[in-house]
Amino acid sequence: MVKDDSSKQLPARLRTLPGDDVRQIMWRFADRFDYQMVVQSARAVARGPVARAVAKGARNSHEWTEDKAALLHEFDAAGITSAAVDPEYGGYIEGPKNFVLGLLAYELAWVDAGAGTSSMANTLALAPIHERGTPEQKQTYMSRSVPPLPGDSRKIWRGAFALTESIPYVGVDTGVLSGRVRVAEWNDSEEPLLHVDKRGRFITNMGSANFVTAAVDSGDPRIKGSCMVILEETDPGTFDRGIPTRKLAHQLSSTRDPIFSLQVPASRIIGGYTVKDGVIIPNYSHADVIEAVFTRTRATPAIMTSAKLLSAVEPVIRYHRRRFRGAAGINEGTPRFDMGLQQKEDALHRLLDVWAAGEAGASLGFETARLLDTYDAIEKAKAAVLAQQGIAGGRAELKALRAREKDATEYVALAARRTPSPEESARLAMLDADPVVKFIVTESLSSVLIPAAKLWNTGHGVNMMREAVSMMGGYGITEDCPGFLGLKWIDGQLEATYEGPEVVQRRQLSVTMSRPIFLRQFQAWIAHLNAISREHPAMGAGTLASAMELWFWSREYLSTAKDAYGRDLYSNQRHGVTYPLADALAWLVATYHLVLDVLELKRKGPENPALAEGIEGLVSFYTDLTHIHAATAAGEATRICAELVFGYRAESDPALEVLASTVDVFKDVAPFNALRTKVDASLAGSKLAKDRAAESLSHVMIPEVLDYPV
Amino acid sequence: MSTGFHVVVLGSLVPDLLQTLEPVQGPSGPALKNELMLPAVLDPWAAHALFEAAHVAAATPGSKVWLVSLGPKAKLQQLMMSIAQKVPFELVAVDGSASGFTDPVDVAEALAGAIEKIPSLDRSRLLLFGGCASASRDAGVTVQLVGERLGITDQFLAADELTVSAEGVLTVLERVEGGRYLVSEVAGPPCAIAWATGNLPEPPNNPQVGMMNMRTIMPALQKAPAIQFASQGTVFQSVELPKQERRTRIVRDVPLDEMAREIADWIKG
Ligand SMILES: Cc1cc2nc3c(=O)[nH]c(=O)nc-3n(C[C@H](O)[C@H](O)[C@H](O)COP(=O)(O)OP(=O)(O)OC[C@H]3O[C@@H](n4cnc5c(N)ncnc54)[C@H](O)[C@@H]3O)c2cc1C
Repeated sequence: MVKDDSSKQLPARLRTLPGDDVRQIMWRFADRFDYQMVVQSARAVARGPVARAVAKGARNSHEWTEDKAALLHEFDAAGITSAAVDPEYGGYIEGPKNFVLGLLAYELAWVDAGAGTSSMANTLALAPIHERGTPEQKQTYMSRSVPPLPGDSRKIWRGAFALTESIPYVGVDTGVLSGRVRVAEWNDSEEPLLHVDKRGRFITNMGSANFVTAAVDSGDPRIKGSCMVILEETDPGTFDRGIPTRKLAHQLSSTRDPIFSLQVPASRIIGGYTVKDGVIIPNYSHADVIEAVFTRTRATPAIMTSAKLLSAVEPVIRYHRRRFRGAAGINEGTPRFDMGLQQKEDALHRLLDVWAAGEAGASLGFETARLLDTYDAIEKAKAAVLAQQGIAGGRAELKALRAREKDATEYVALAARRTPSPEESARLAMLDADPVVKFIVTESLSSVLIPAAKLWNTGHGVNMMREAVSMMGGYGITEDCPGFLGLKWIDGQLEATYEGPEVVQRRQLSVTMSRPIFLRQFQAWIAHLNAISREHPAMGAGTLASAMELWFWSREYLSTAKDAYGRDLYSNQRHGVTYPLADALAWLVATYHLVLDVLELKRKGPENPALAEGIEGLVSFYTDLTHIHAATAAGEATRICAELVFGYRAESDPALEVLASTVDVFKDVAPFNALRTKVDASLAGSKLAKDRAAESLSHVMIPEVLDYPV
Repeated sequence: MSTGFHVVVLGSLVPDLLQTLEPVQGPSGPALKNELMLPAVLDPWAAHALFEAAHVAAATPGSKVWLVSLGPKAKLQQLMMSIAQKVPFELVAVDGSASGFTDPVDVAEALAGAIEKIPSLDRSRLLLFGGCASASRDAGVTVQLVGERLGITDQFLAADELTVSAEGVLTVLERVEGGRYLVSEVAGPPCAIAWATGNLPEPPNNPQVGMMNMRTIMPALQKAPAIQFASQGTVFQSVELPKQERRTRIVRDVPLDEMAREIADWIKG
């Protein structure tokens, strides 16, 4: 028996991979036992039946097979299906569910994101009804979507969300709808009967759906504009599930191109309608509904990709460590036996990059989900206040909100004050009590965090998943790869695509990131990071703050600068400017939230007796990991900004270059150069952090085998 | 039986069985490396006992199940997030070491003490359940020792099945040598049963059951008394893992019977 000297190692090393206690602290659900139970429950399904289905080859078919359908019943039995439903309709979790659905997606995607998508798509189908449905619609479809209790012969209903249409219609552009709704019959004083034609493309859950929430436009002068309607499989007409999509990814979920030609009562218009001068006016257009839906549902796929990266850590360590065991002459106790490929710095450093990307994505994804959990109540309170003023939706609301944006910006500024004066505190309290201000603040943040998470977690996540795959050598690209890493790589590409591909997220960010209220918020983050850096200098918070300053300066500069031909740089159509800037922002935002989560671990970890013996190692490892990631993020952001700031200028005259130094040539962007130098200088120590983290990684204890089959 | 059983299950946590269990010399005696940091599960034999308890209780109206656990409070709480979802029970927690390097006599003392303090427990209806073995210490005596302290002398060890007749007679199948069962009847409670594997599957997780259980679990954890075992008594001279022996031979097309014979010969030595 050896003497345990782990506590004497300096700096303390990471002892074990982070467990539930660590996650509960970092992602702030240590006090939510209902969530913790859902996590355990989903994990058992993911690492049990789901993993067995994958190992058995259930992904090798495009059809909706019994094996795949059986997983839905596993979800039902484990409380996964009803976790999304409010208690009044038969669910069991009180309050908003974005965060808990994120946890569910995380657990399922840890093994197979297709399984996660099956469960998520049901929530997506219900989302239009949840967000904008009438009370009757909610009652009907929510309660039908809850698994029956034992002894109840009721059949559970499953749904699909049909927005995307056959080419050349809806895809990234959701306005080009070809689906049509017409009046089929309308007798006086009776409810109109509608005829709906819709051809969907790539519609998830179509193999099992009993109802579909479909986006359609009016094909009849007696109906105004677009709407979403609910279609049921038994409605008169054609409910053709269509051919299965020959997917390369997520094969455990069902995706098909359905064709609907059905008669439905007008009461199926989501959110209801009014009749004016013989015309049916839906209360919500399809655009209104999908905006509400995508606001709530995009954090979930973002979390899925991050889960995959984090799930890759253990299999890669195990593979590397054991790579040479059993070979002749490689005996127990030798470094080659004990550490295998982990003797090589590159193997360790690359895995740290994968790990850090997973952590930052998870931090951003879960923060976004937590923010969204506050959204519903804030939105309702805002609507109530505006209603009192006679303002209900549409342009009038936008105008009313715009009028208050200055107050909201002031709120953000005051909230960031470390030592506010009494007057400032009083003003802050007043603004804080104003639901309209609160809404604008929350919305300005969520409209950045959601696209940033969806864009960065999935886009950069897939790139890093490729890194993880390559670390497994040839195995990585086989079905036998422990942890299904190769499958996860291609799965991530789908998460980057559905619910709005990267371009959609970049487009949204290019608008929301330039709102003064967000920029104010961003400056508050910089100040916060500088304060953190003073207190915790080893985290890389200073590097991140410098990179954020540089981004801020670059955005300001680009917003008024012109290219060599005198054309505006920051404009709607100049994707070459705004989109990369959005990418750079997403790097920074993700890293900022990792810093916050690691600080939380530093603060709350020591209070948990179960972590006591390892907390020092955990904190120092996570501090180093954050530092590593801050350096990478700063590097990315700096590179992008430099390209944008300098790239649109005319090539410099070589003759001039001989005469003057570069600094002189670009005098007008001197602040940029100064900021860039500051970022560069702040990188001091970041590679040392990587060496330390690598040392931890080469010693961390991992389980003997993976806890799910291959 | 009209009033039902009061089933007390003894069970605590052990490190997840997939983890590397490496004995080390800690400041206060032997321990497992990083034991507190490792994920924990309910000791598998105790888990069988708990599922059997829930089964008996469900079949006998008026019954109630308690799970008496001695373990570090924070770890127990984490364990409850999965175990409490499986079957209904009330937790009685004692905050102390669940390490394999404790003396079963001390552990039994602590557990019996905790059982004696359960306010609504009717000892005349008591079925004391636990595992016949454990994945940590495996002394194989804890249930018996607790039973003795509570004055329960009808004890059944390595049980796989319990049936209750309409008259309330308990029939227990105990594993004995040679793959056989000893069938015993006992007129009724109290009795102690140390379970082998039983024959019930692990119930699926159901967060709704969990949330019902949590209403009593959190208060139980909050008021769990802390106990510290005296360091004198048992002294561990040396601790080591059983040696793993692995010999691999790659053969093709060996008939099943031949394989079985070879294994049987190897076992016989
Ligand atoms: C497996 C799977 C499941 C799906 N599930 C569902 C579902 O359940 N319900 C549903 O409604 N949909 C679903 N979808 C559809 C998915 O949301 C769409 O595929 C996605 O929105 C992209 O649309 P598209 O394929 O038509 O791409 P396109 O619109 O053709 O875009 C292709 C690419 O062109 C570029 N591009 C397009 N427009 C622009 C622009 N304005 N500016 C710059 N570049 C642009 C981008 O690079 C974009 O990624 C699913 C898709 C898949 C593959």
